[in-house]
Amino acid sequence: MKPVIRDHFRVMTVDLAEGRGSVETLDGRSTVAGGSGLAAMLFQRYGHPQKAWDHPAQPLIFAIGPLTGYFPLMSKTVCAFKSPYHDQYAESHAGGRSAMALKFADLDALIITGKAKRPACLSLSSKGLEVSDVHYLWGKDVHASGKALRRMFGGAGHRSILRIGPAGEIGSPMACINVDTYRHFGRLGAGGVMGAKNLKAIVIQGDAIFGLDQGKAYTKLFQRIFDMLTDTDMMRKYHNLGTAANLEPLNTMQALPWRNLKQTTDSAISEVTGDRFADDTLLRNMACAGCPIGCIHVGFVREKFMDENRYLYRQVSYDYEPIFSVGTMLGVTDPFAVLAILDIVEKSGLDVMSGGVALAWATEAFEKGIISEKETIVPLAFGDAEAYKEAFYHFGKGTNDFYRLLGQGAKKAAVHYGGEDFACVLGQEMAGYATGETFFVAQSLGFRHSHLDSAGYTYDQKHDDKNVDRAVNFLLEDEQSRVFLTSMVACLFARSVYTPQVLDECLRTVGYGSLADNMESVSRHIQRQRWATRMATGYDPDKVDIPKRFKQVVTWKGKIDEAYLEHLKGMYAKRIVGLVTERNEKQQS
Amino acid sequence: MKILTAPRMERCIGCHSCSLACARLIHKRLSWDTAGIHIFSSGGLSTGFEATICLACNPAPCAAACPTGAFSQRKGGGVIVKKRLCNLCGECAKACPVDAVFLDDNGEPFVCIHCGRCVPFCPHDCLEMTKTTKTTGESSQMPTEDEARD
Repeated sequence: MKPVIRDHFRVMTVDLAEGRGSVETLDGRSTVAGGSGLAAMLFQRYGHPQKAWDHPAQPLIFAIGPLTGYFPLMSKTVCAFKSPYHDQYAESHAGGRSAMALKFADLDALIITGKAKRPACLSLSSKGLEVSDVHYLWGKDVHASGKALRRMFGGAGHRSILRIGPAGEIGSPMACINVDTYRHFGRLGAGGVMGAKNLKAIVIQGDAIFGLDQGKAYTKLFQRIFDMLTDTDMMRKYHNLGTAANLEPLNTMQALPWRNLKQTTDSAISEVTGDRFADDTLLRNMACAGCPIGCIHVGFVREKFMDENRYLYRQVSYDYEPIFSVGTMLGVTDPFAVLAILDIVEKSGLDVMSGGVALAWATEAFEKGIISEKETIVPLAFGDAEAYKEAFYHFGKGTNDFYRLLGQGAKKAAVHYGGEDFACVLGQEMAGYATGETFFVAQSLGFRHSHLDSAGYTYDQKHDDKNVDRAVNFLLEDEQSRVFLTSMVACLFARSVYTPQVLDECLRTVGYGSLADNMESVSRHIQRQRWATRMATGYDPDKVDIPKRFKQVVTWKGKIDEAYLEHLKGMYAKRIVGLVTERNEKQQS
Repeated sequence: MKILTAPRMERCIGCHSCSLACARLIHKRLSWDTAGIHIFSSGGLSTGFEATICLACNPAPCAAACPTGAFSQRKGGGVIVKKRLCNLCGECAKACPVDAVFLDDNGEPFVCIHCGRCVPFCPHDCLEMTKTTKTTGESSQMPTEDEARD
């Protein structure tokens, strides 16, 4: 049996060009904890800030945390890389079985460098490592690749299979890494990084066994947390309708983006509520390994493919963000049509949020005559699901120059073709929250350009005042608390359960007392390290623009206050820069 | 005498809470292998999950195959495991018709002892302790943790 608690990190580096790897032990547990903190530390060690994202030497990093596997919902993996989207340091998070498999492969992190000579699959466990030639999988979609990989590698149930589709193979900045069919390292192009490395798939077999000598205190604490998660209402939303429950309330408060954010509410919402998806399309639920909630909602699509009543069916997972991005944002309101589009997107290995929002821009550009079928191949119109299915096929494969440019982001396409005012880009393609100034600024400048960096959308809903200092303080403090969670690595859905007090107990109980003693300073350190890593790769928050479309938005609070928005953006940018300046000064002293 | 059954696996979401609970509570390990129940997808996640558990054979071929008495017949089906008698020969795993005995790298066997500790950790009620039809007049007392860990 392997020891359970280590005061160091055990990481594996793999050079795809050589087809070999090595295990290293690194200090830093007490200062960067794991997950987000560990990933930043590893990028500082193995990354090349001045080299392009697709340079073979750039690392693709997967990191887990000190609580992975020990408690429920400590089930996420942090993926870190230099992003093909903005050529800067980036993180993306996913669950599935990836975190548990890495834990049971006896690794705190996996670092992949180099470029394979031929399309390759990296398979590893606590006892083995192999880089194998899988040229025959190149060109295959995500589902077909998954089926082949499941046959090729053993260990069903205790392995995690990460793979890319055609979008990743062409290095698209919108390509995701599919994790165990229904989860994704979605945003900022991690799939493109795998493609640039000729890495089609990663199979992680979790076969190590750890001793548990924490005694009854650990068992009792586990039970208490498990009960909080399963016997109270704290996780009801995720267990019941899932995040799709957000659709109706956001529409009611005029905060749901419709048709490229031309509207924030529409009476057609009754066709695409969380209840409609559950009542009509929900087939079953699934969970990440180590999570009893089962928030993954899997719907079905049934298609008649012959007149003589011959049908096929497909299973497609859905959530709020995918429904927003290929549903309301594209004006598609039939749940089955939404799922059919999602199925195409899944197969291609595109990130659905970025892809949907980019196609929404393309649709409006098409409407305005800025682009035509010459670019889009198929005529685009809001609500035309069949056209979107075909468009996503071309988008995923990068069929022509237009789709390849669109894959670099709606803004880049708009700079080339025109229509920058209505490119719904906040650092990257927007998440589905048109809640107001705070969220627009939070996503535009936030570390991951994600709605999960901080709860700006919640702040918008709770505050009517326009107090810049208060809003910026909230964003920075909330980011600091979240970065500690993503260093453990917790699912952020469990943030109401894993309060600082509970995290303190968890860390002490399993044997990380010094981390518990220093949660405040460690989380602040990680926050600064992460920003410093990003800025070393060229990030300048002062250069971030918020397109005109966002300034025209009308929410339940009325029209966006442009002056407040700009003031907030300026102050938040200043404070972010300040975090890094303070860190650098501290290091020098 | 009751045995562990998995009559509602169609409900399984693949969270592994059952096997992790068994490893944690019975075998004092952090593992999804050293457990009496294993969850795996039946041909990819899109086809659902299956559970590998001891089917409580009576007589149990694993007990018959055990040369040292580490595995002995349990009343009502299944086996009582006495680890201190085990010589790590692995004959129990070979004899099991449903691959329900896991051997670790040292050859130490792990099998369901039908204690039911995993059952409350299933969020969808897939698992159940069921009275066997052969238990008339027999004790329905579950094995103690000491028996389980022996």
